[in-house]
Formats: sequence, C-alpha cells, structure tokens
Amino acid sequence: MSFLENLVSKLRGEVRFISDKGTLVSYGLTEASGDQAEKQARATLCQFSAACRGFLWKRSEALPDTYTSSRQNQAEKELSKRVQQPGAEVSAGGRAPAGRKELHAAVGPGTEAAEGNRGCALRVPGNCSGLLPPGAARFICKENIVRKEPLQINSLVVIEAMSEKELPGLLILDIGGTYGVQENIVALLKKHFCLITMKEFLENKKEMSKKIQSVFVSECRPTVDQELLESLPNLKVIGNSGVGVDHLNLKMISNFGVKVTNTPHAVADSTADIGMALMLASARRLVEGSQIAISPHTKYFAVDWLGVEVTRATLGIIGMGRIGYKVAQRARAFEMKILYHNRKQRRKEEEQAVGAHYCEKMEDLLQQSDFVMLVVNLTPENHKMIGKKELGLMKPTATLINIGRGALIDQDALVEALQNNVIRAAALDVTYPEPLPRDHPLLKLNNIIITPHIGTATVQAIQMMAEEAIANMLAVLNGQPIPSEVFPK
Amino acid sequence: MEDQKLPCVLIDCIGEKHGVYEEHVEFLKEHFCLITMKEYIENKKILGKKIRAIYMWYHKPVINEELLQSLPNLKIVASSGVGIDHLDLNLLSRYGVKVSNTPFIVSTDTADLGMALMLASSRRLVEGYQMAVSPDTEYFPANWLGDEVSGATLGIIGMGTIGYKVAERAKAFEMKILYHNRKQRNKEEENAVGAIYCKKIDDLLRQSDFVMLAVNLTPQTHKLIGKRELQLMKPTATLINISRGLVVEQDDLVEALQNKVIKAAALDVTYPEPLPRDHPLLKMENVLITPHIGSATKKTRHLMMENMTESIQAALTSLPIPHEVLL
Repeated sequence: MSFLENLVSKLRGEVRFISDKGTLVSYGLTEASGDQAEKQARATLCQFSAACRGFLWKRSEALPDTYTSSRQNQAEKELSKRVQQPGAEVSAGGRAPAGRKELHAAVGPGTEAAEGNRGCALRVPGNCSGLLPPGAARFICKENIVRKEPLQINSLVVIEAMSEKELPGLLILDIGGTYGVQENIVALLKKHFCLITMKEFLENKKEMSKKIQSVFVSECRPTVDQELLESLPNLKVIGNSGVGVDHLNLKMISNFGVKVTNTPHAVADSTADIGMALMLASARRLVEGSQIAISPHTKYFAVDWLGVEVTRATLGIIGMGRIGYKVAQRARAFEMKILYHNRKQRRKEEEQAVGAHYCEKMEDLLQQSDFVMLVVNLTPENHKMIGKKELGLMKPTATLINIGRGALIDQDALVEALQNNVIRAAALDVTYPEPLPRDHPLLKLNNIIITPHIGTATVQAIQMMAEEAIANMLAVLNGQPIPSEVFPK
Repeated sequence: MEDQKLPCVLIDCIGEKHGVYEEHVEFLKEHFCLITMKEYIENKKILGKKIRAIYMWYHKPVINEELLQSLPNLKIVASSGVGIDHLDLNLLSRYGVKVSNTPFIVSTDTADLGMALMLASSRRLVEGYQMAVSPDTEYFPANWLGDEVSGATLGIIGMGTIGYKVAERAKAFEMKILYHNRKQRNKEEENAVGAIYCKKIDDLLRQSDFVMLAVNLTPQTHKLIGKRELQLMKPTATLINISRGLVVEQDDLVEALQNKVIKAAALDVTYPEPLPRDHPLLKMENVLITPHIGSATKKTRHLMMENMTESIQAALTSLPIPHEVLL
C-alpha cells in the first residue's frame, strides 16, 4: 500500500482524492472523536504533511510541533493562529517568492473549495502547502477555476502546491459523453497537460489556439483536418491512442511540421487476445451455441451439432508485426501449425520460437490454412487485399478472421463467398464502415461473427494506451527521443 | 439384415436427436452388426442372446437392471466421452460387464472450449456481437469495455488431462496459473506451464480472476462450488465450468451472480441440460451458456467412434481394453 493509501485507510469517512501529485486532496472525517484511531490518524497525517511539505490541522487542535518548528515564516504562523477558530476569516498574504502567484484563502462556513486549472488551490509564501481547517474554505484564486467541490463540515483538507511550470495545452474532443475521453483517462491526462475540449477551443479560438501544443486522438476523434491544423500555430504533436493511423492524413500533417505518434505496445496483447477469441468462437460456433442454450424454443441439445477443431489446425497469419507475433505465440500453445506472410521474413530465432513458416507468396498461405487471420495495418497499397480471388484460393472449410482494418477486405466479395460457401465462415472485429449500415448483407448471414471493434476495449488496454500516448507526446514536447513516431510513406 | 460373422452391438438409434451419426454408420457396420433398440424390442428373444456389446452414444441407450438381465452375453458397454457419472458401475460390475470411455481424445477440444469461454466472457463477445448486428445500433459507444485475459490469474480446479491442456494454452497468454488437484503434479509438469499448486482450494479462489472447473463428477466433487466458495472468489472474478453441472450448487451460483458476489459465469454444462426455459441463469446478462459442446467437433467425434470400436473389439476378443473404466 502506498503512503497515501495507508493514510486513507486510517481515516474514517469519505475520501475525495484528486491527484497523487497533490493538487487537492481532501479527507472527510465523519465526526471528531478522541479515540485511539483518531490519534493514530493524526500522527500519520503529521508524517504525511512532512512528507509533502504540507501541514494539517484538526478542528480546535493545536498545530503539531513538527509543523511549527519547521516553519519560519511569520505569515504562516499568523495564518495558523487564526484558522484554529472555526468559521474564522483568514487570508494569507505577503509577498510570494519571485515567479510565484499570490493566492488568498478565505475561510468561512458554507463556502467552497476550488481546484485551479493547474491544480493549485492555495499557496502561502515560503513554498509550503496551505491548510484549511475544518468547516469550509473558499479560495480566491488567480487561476482559472474549473471545478468546485463543496467541503463537508469537519473535513480536513490538505493542499499541495503544484509546480509553477505551465502545463502544455492538449486538445481533446470531449470529456465523457458518447465520443469523449473517459473520466479516469482525463485524470491521467490532467497530470501532464492543460486539457482543452473542442467546445472550449471553438468558443475561444483566439486565446486557446496558441496554447494547444498537442492533440490526443482516441477512436479517430477529434478529426484532424486542414482547418484545424491551420488554426493551431503551436501544435507540435498528434498523439494517437491506438496503433492504426489510417484515419490520419500523415502527409498533410507532416507538411505542417507536426509529428504523429501511436501506441503499438499497449494494443498488442488485447488485440491478439481478440483474434484468438474470434477464431475460437467461430470454430466452435459459440455465438450460435449460446443462442440455442437460452432460446425459449430449445427442448434438447442435439448431439450432432458440431463445430471444427482449433487444436492442430493450420493458422495463416497475414501480417507478422507485434500483434501477429503475439497471435502466433498463443496459437502455438494450441499445437497449431503456423504459416505467415509479411513484407519481410522474420529472423530464424523468432520463427522457431513460435514454429512459424514463412510464405513468401500469400497464395500459398491461403491455400493451406484452416484459419486465415488478417493482422496488417491499412495502407494505400493493401486496400481490398482479400478479394474474390483470394477467397477463392482459401479452403472451403476455412475461416477468415479480421482484426486489422475493414477496408483490407472486399466486403462485397466476402458476402458472396459466405453465401456460396466458398469459405466456411468469417469473424470480423473491423468492418468498413463501423458500424455497418443496418441493411448490410453481412449482418444477415449466419456463418459470420461481427464484433464492434473491441480489439483494445479492455480497462487495462485503454489505460496503457493513454499512458503510451502521453509518454510519446511529452517526448516530442520535451525534445527527447520519441518512442513511437509514425512517418508518412 | 444380419451378418453372422460380425458381432452384434446394441445401439439406441441412428440419426434423430441423439442417435449414432449417419456418417459413422458405414464405419461401424464394417465391424459390427448394429441392432437398434427398436429392432431389439421387437425381437427380444432371439436378439437378446446375440448382443455382446452396447455402443452407448451420448448416454443412450439407458442401461438398467432389466436390460442387463435380458442380455446374457453382454461383455462390454462402450461409453462416448470421458464422463461416466451417468453409469451405475456397481450394477454393471455385478453382471460382469466391462466399461470403457474415451478419455484423452476429448481433452484438447474441451480445453479449447474452456479458453473460448474465458475469452468470450471476459471480452463480452456475445454482447458485442449483438450490438454489432442489432437493428437499433447507430454507433459503437466509446466506453464499452471488457477485461483483459492476458496477464490475468487463472485458477484451474482439477488438473487432469483437460486441466493441464488448459494450463498449456493459458501460459501462452502470459496468465498466472494456480491449480488445485487431489494430488500435486510433479515439478517438471508444473514448471512446463508455470503452474503453482494450491493445496487449499480457498487460496486458489481468493487469488484468481478466472476459476475454471475441469474435474470429473464424483461424490467428492458434487456441489464442490457453493455459497462459501463463491464468497471466497473476487467480486471481479469469472467462474467457468467445463466439467459437469452438478459440480456447482446452481442456486447458490444464481444468487452470487445476482448479488454481484462474482462478476460473471461461463458454463458449457448445467444441471439439467437443457435448463428449464424459465431458469434465472438464462436471463442474466453476465452469464454465457453453451449447449455442452466441449467435445463437439467432427474430428473428435469421429475419433471417439473409432476409440469405442477398438474397445468393443478388444473386449470381445478378450484382449486388454484400451480406456477401460475400473471401479
């Protein structure tokens, strides 16, 4: 358990924890009491305060000695005297060290605490944290207030000063909502960036446009077009969450001197897992089976209702990059024979580690495979790489699985092939477009599984993708080596 | 139609909902003279003495004392699949009838299905499919998420042939593997799949993100997973059952799922099969059920048929019976 978690566990009541870098951390103690637990909590809080160079009080408590002895500043002593009276109005003034902003704190019942845009809620001179006594607190802050939270009576608040360095502006589509970035990812982004939503940007282009140095693109949003690029003079990087960048016009973006980064490492495990999930579900007719199991019309389970084997079957992987290789690692454990087709052959050790055989000609792979899995990224060269001819080369007992991009497949040819049993079945995590129009023939076939592009749709992957995107964007902004930059051809 | 040279074997029926597969009949008829239950009943007196083996395909024909009494020359019951909880072994032993099953060939298919269920449940595959094809879908929501299988902790209860094959597959997903078994496997076997032995089932239940049941059904494993065990599991855990429905106390499972004591369940087996159409398990969003398809592939069923044929032939020629089930 981290120091903070340990501390929190000792306190009773609700905890509202905003940032472990300590923008605003508030704890609610439900009631004052003199019992052992309380004493322990106080002792721990003293240590905590020393650790983050903050301090704290409890209602009508004397300041802990560790605090008073380490503080020299008169103004702070003044402050500490005053806030011991519940409901007191306090302001901490005085000249702050050069380069720091002055803030005032007023304490009074029924007022609100606020978190500034940069996270700094209260600061007193001398580079230490301010502390608000229980009751309530109000800040008059020269920063932009973006969020207000009511404090509970008897709550203890610890505020830590944030570094003065201005956080770079990051444009995102939205917070929450249908297409927006989810809350916990927003919190992650806020640690490193000053977030600006598309709405805020459009409402105040003049001021915001210069601030934006980076754009976070998630699930293809926001759309990065010429107009946007023209209105962001200080834009340095587009950080894409996910590995596919076929939705970005790399050449155009490059012409503006803007770099593009993606997240190849974060997506690999979850996408390989979905490829395996689709292969297994299709082979064993899992979706159909689950429908039979729960259908109101089912009276018995037919014993001649069969699927096809995965173990010891032949898997042909088209695209042996990071994800393709992870698929091979998993498939090997199912004793599958693994063929692969790739722009270039992998090294011998890599091939042997997964028992993969290189097929220089894709046709060879198609003819021999029981399962064909597309794991390539979409480029102008490989649009519709799987069409009528390729489907015709596949075994009639074969299954096509697509975890790349919908446009890799000639969808009309696929419909025909499935209708005429040219191949046995298909399992697609990606289509073109997404979602398909509701009258599309693919939706009506019974030998197809479609999933709504969930290759990286796990709690863990979403987090890792944001972290990888952040690392990439910061590397660009700090002039450091960029882990995953994507270049136009 | 009777061929005097081939031994007579009783089967339930051909085709229909639970009969011997039409495609298998040709092979079987090369080795046996097949007598259906219908044919036998119509001509008990003569056929009763001729029948020397029963080819039991998916628990049919049902064997009771009455039948055994009227088949004086019955030597063996060859049962399909690995489970034999549907047979009264004591009864058969009293009549001097041997029993065989088809243990190892079902292992890989069943292990594959265990993995399929784990992946489908964790990644919400069936839900996702329904969204992808639903006429009401206008867009794919951004925050629709499942949970990762790679790197998670899998607890295997029952590390026999099937359980071990599950472990082999799970290892490739970089899962942490715990197992509970009547006896510990040897060190090489454990190291090969990176499996850690949990002598106490409680330890496995507490630490696992996925709990997979791969035991056979015996009086000891009957209702092995009940309220207590479910409470020990993480609230974020999924229970996967590829063994037998009766290994789980089903009512306790329903309650646990309703109260979010565990996150989800994926069941290839229930009790009974199928469940009554008004059973609560059928309506729960966090439950995936498949119609007992653990070994339901063409290849495996064909191999099972070949296996059973071998066992019958061995019994009738007094040779050692492959895959004999001993009391």
